[in-house]
Amino acid sequence: MEKILQVKDLELSFNTFGGEVKAIRGVNFDLYKGETLAIVGESGSGKSVTTKSIMRLLPEESAEFKNGEILFGGRDLTKLSDREMQKIRGKDISMIFQDPMTSLNPTMPIGRQITEPILKHQKISKDEAKKLAVDLLRLVGMPKPELRMKQYPHQFSGGQRQRIVIAIALACNPQVLIADEPTTALDVTIQAQILELMKDLQKKIDTSIIFITHDLGVVANVADRVAVMYGGKIVEIGTVDEIFYNPQHPYTWGLLSSMPSMDAEDAKLYAIPGTPPDLLDPPKGDAFALRSEYAMKIDMEQPPPFFKVSDTHMAATWLLHPEAPTVEPPEMVIERMKKFPGSRYYEGSAN
Amino acid sequence: MARYIGKRLIYMFITLALIATFTFFLMKILPGSPIASADKLSPEQRAVVEARYGLDQPLPVQYFDYMFGLLQGDLGISINQFKGADVTDVILSRMGPSAQIGFQGMLLGTVLGILFGMVAALRQNTWMDYGSTIVAIIGISIPSFVFASMLQYWLGLKLDLFPVALWKDGFMSSVLPSIALAMFPLATAARFIRTEMIEVLGSDYITLAKAKGASGSEIAFKHAFRNALIPLITVLGPMAVSILTGSLVVEQIFAIPGIGEQFVKSIMVSDFSIIMGTTIFFSVFLIVIILVVDILYGVIDPRIRLSGGKS
Repeated sequence: MEKILQVKDLELSFNTFGGEVKAIRGVNFDLYKGETLAIVGESGSGKSVTTKSIMRLLPEESAEFKNGEILFGGRDLTKLSDREMQKIRGKDISMIFQDPMTSLNPTMPIGRQITEPILKHQKISKDEAKKLAVDLLRLVGMPKPELRMKQYPHQFSGGQRQRIVIAIALACNPQVLIADEPTTALDVTIQAQILELMKDLQKKIDTSIIFITHDLGVVANVADRVAVMYGGKIVEIGTVDEIFYNPQHPYTWGLLSSMPSMDAEDAKLYAIPGTPPDLLDPPKGDAFALRSEYAMKIDMEQPPPFFKVSDTHMAATWLLHPEAPTVEPPEMVIERMKKFPGSRYYEGSAN
Repeated sequence: MARYIGKRLIYMFITLALIATFTFFLMKILPGSPIASADKLSPEQRAVVEARYGLDQPLPVQYFDYMFGLLQGDLGISINQFKGADVTDVILSRMGPSAQIGFQGMLLGTVLGILFGMVAALRQNTWMDYGSTIVAIIGISIPSFVFASMLQYWLGLKLDLFPVALWKDGFMSSVLPSIALAMFPLATAARFIRTEMIEVLGSDYITLAKAKGASGSEIAFKHAFRNALIPLITVLGPMAVSILTGSLVVEQIFAIPGIGEQFVKSIMVSDFSIIMGTTIFFSVFLIVIILVVDILYGVIDPRIRLSGGKS
């Protein structure tokens, strides 16, 4: 498959008064044409920063690329000038944000907000741009789009506003769409509608999506592949089935165990103990070691390399080292692994 | 919208009546008499003069007489300064110079202030930001009479660019007082715009505008500026009133025959009807400006437009 975007050894720090915060500490992933890659992880894991650095939306005064490259269309985005980035943003790569209530300009009619990127990136007249904007509104399921072009954001509901933001993002048929928790601020029924819309539109315009979320239910619904981030690094990456049914990293185990499940027998919800690492002074070894009951001595001393589980599945944990002892994952994870052909707990097809 | 404005007009009327009443009684409590050199008059002469201006009537009668006149747009006649001249004429004849320097000062101050504030916000923590902050601090902390004197000395006397004082050379005479008046709105506008722009520039819709590929200047002017204007208008409205209606100090220093200067004189000689008239004139101006500001909010921010009235 064709690689649209490659992130290689990306390291990025924020220079703050307290010192250098190493927000991204060596991230590698590829984005293939037409796929949806979900990046999951808790707050502060670096998932938003990673995608914002692709768009170069981080404050230039404090955010600094330390190493690595972001390859897109044969160019390294980390090295482009701001002017060159402006030609890419909104045209080749666009973004949907978390809170639709605040991501539209309150004093500008939405029609103008949609035509803005069209007029910016395409050589067409204002009237044509307006027509295109009406079409886009219809595409994202807005009733009476002609009438609504002149209205202001406060005249729309949260779900409708997110549809408008999606229309803006899709205005120039981008090759990459970054969705930064696009459903987090919406209520559950609207969430489902927006997710359906995004899946539907992805088929129509054939774009690749990077979907950031901490909601694993959403991931299962939309993603083809999943990257799990922790402490500024990707700790495990694989297809959605591999991550959900054959997870290898103790952090992924923790995430899956803390997901509420319909058929859980006892109602108590698991929570990963402890707090995320301080990225002002990141731990030497595996960042998750301090919170993990599976941590070994080497986890405290050396960062684990990626171990290959399958052609599409990699995890950075010392547990996969040939000399590591075999450990039992949490019971809930074992239950999942029983359904996955190729895992050591596989019990054959269900029933 | 019409209904909203109608409602506001009724409130304005009530406000004015209250201001007129309050000022009227306040003036009556003050010591002093408008009848100049009252000591030299015999009691008989005094009674004649008082009768002429209705000052011999009991207070309630005087009050209702005045309020009734006010309803008909009659501000009364000057008691001692202009010997029976109509107060309305006195105010109007004095309004011209005040309005001119006030308008020029306001315009200069606001435009430069917005410019300084924008530059400061867009180039945060650079020498431009610090420079504009220093100008703002100077503008707010140096009293206008000090600044006016400095202008007179440097631009008027030393460089001989503009007349030092008096109202004789048309526009040239208005330059220095306008600059002196501009300092305060300039400083205020610069501070407000800077603070507000920085806040607006950090908001989500600015990030979205960036993500659309908008350039720095498009973001600043198309997206941020309008959203940063609201708090500025709130302070600039009332400030415009006080400046347009004449700054007492600046008019004194530049010897400009404006309304502020007239107001001070009238208080010194207890010319009741002029004090009343000027106060009411100022109040009307202020109340109208506040209404205009409220309507402007709606023009700038559509969210306010809808919540204001049911139209």
